[in-house]
Amino acid sequence: MSGLFDRDDAHRLVPGSTVIAVEGLAAHWGERQVLHDISLQVGSGEIVVIMGGSGSGKSTLLRHLVGLARPTAGRVEVLGTDLRTASARAMHRLRRHMGVAFQGGALFSSLTVLENVILPLQEHTRLAPATMHIMARLKLEVVNLAGSEDLLPAELSGGMVKRAAIARAVVMDPPLLFFDEPSAGLDPVVAAELDRLILQLRDAMHMSIVVVTHEIESALTIADRLIVLDGGRIVATGTVAEVRASQSPRVQALLNRQPSVPDFDPEAYLDRLTRA
Amino acid sequence: MTTPQTTLVEDHATVALEGDIDLSCSQTVRSALLAQLRAGHAVSVRMAAVSYIDSSGVASLVEAYQLARKLGLDFQLTEVSEAALSVLRLARLDRVFPIATGSDGKG
Repeated sequence: MSGLFDRDDAHRLVPGSTVIAVEGLAAHWGERQVLHDISLQVGSGEIVVIMGGSGSGKSTLLRHLVGLARPTAGRVEVLGTDLRTASARAMHRLRRHMGVAFQGGALFSSLTVLENVILPLQEHTRLAPATMHIMARLKLEVVNLAGSEDLLPAELSGGMVKRAAIARAVVMDPPLLFFDEPSAGLDPVVAAELDRLILQLRDAMHMSIVVVTHEIESALTIADRLIVLDGGRIVATGTVAEVRASQSPRVQALLNRQPSVPDFDPEAYLDRLTRA
Repeated sequence: MTTPQTTLVEDHATVALEGDIDLSCSQTVRSALLAQLRAGHAVSVRMAAVSYIDSSGVASLVEAYQLARKLGLDFQLTEVSEAALSVLRLARLDRVFPIATGSDGKG
């Protein structure tokens, strides 16, 4: 990770460094190719939002960025680590510097909220227990979950699970954060609070943040840069203004919330309906 | 970060922090603050030269402040840099800590 941190033991990225570099990424699920020639970069202190409809490949791309899937072709480098060739030890070291808030929360059902949030600190640091507890409680305050410390995941609403997952993802103040559909299923007030939190994490903690979402309003609010995926390909990338100005019909359909309707073929339609 | 510089005048310790206060050094800061309080000294934490503070650094300040309250000792942050203040604001701790603007500890 040389060049990205100003000291060997540092946790904060050098401004202006590239934290994620993807070149020519391709991915398959079985025979089906789901990502085609994806190239992108994320800079330090930047919020990059990956947008796309269902089946556009955005969740698959996220899985590759966090090291949960290996590319069929191409290169994925995160915080200076090439994920194709990284050893288990290198991946463990890398995970200390990144947080992931999964869509479904991925909380341990037998642990309380506080125990879930404190887990990364216990696994990756040797801080005093009192420090760890205060850090975890601070993050629960930040996501408005104060008072829920002793609840089990099964006792939480969907929105609370999501916020607990976010508290766990940020508890180590990682320089790189990933959010998978952070505001999906949340009421508008909580979703707006979450958008504010993401902006605050960038501004106050200098975090680099990648958000995967299909929530257009949220994407346009928080993004420094947007990447629009369709059919496993990048169809637009740039600032909000640049993407808004895109001439691509697919991009305009997505921004204007128009459904994706394939060319209508009455013959084929009738065939499908009457197929034995 | 270099080791916190502590200046003791009678029973009032001024602990000066500088640079990045993060996982690599927050426990040193914690120890310095708790030691002064356990010795019965009031504490001012000078934060003008703090370029960044993470949650472990903030947690150390919180723990020290709580101990000071238990022991009935004065505890304040002074000359808090904008970088540190933005992190305190994120957790609404700017409304919790006594924060003085002047180097003499006066607001």
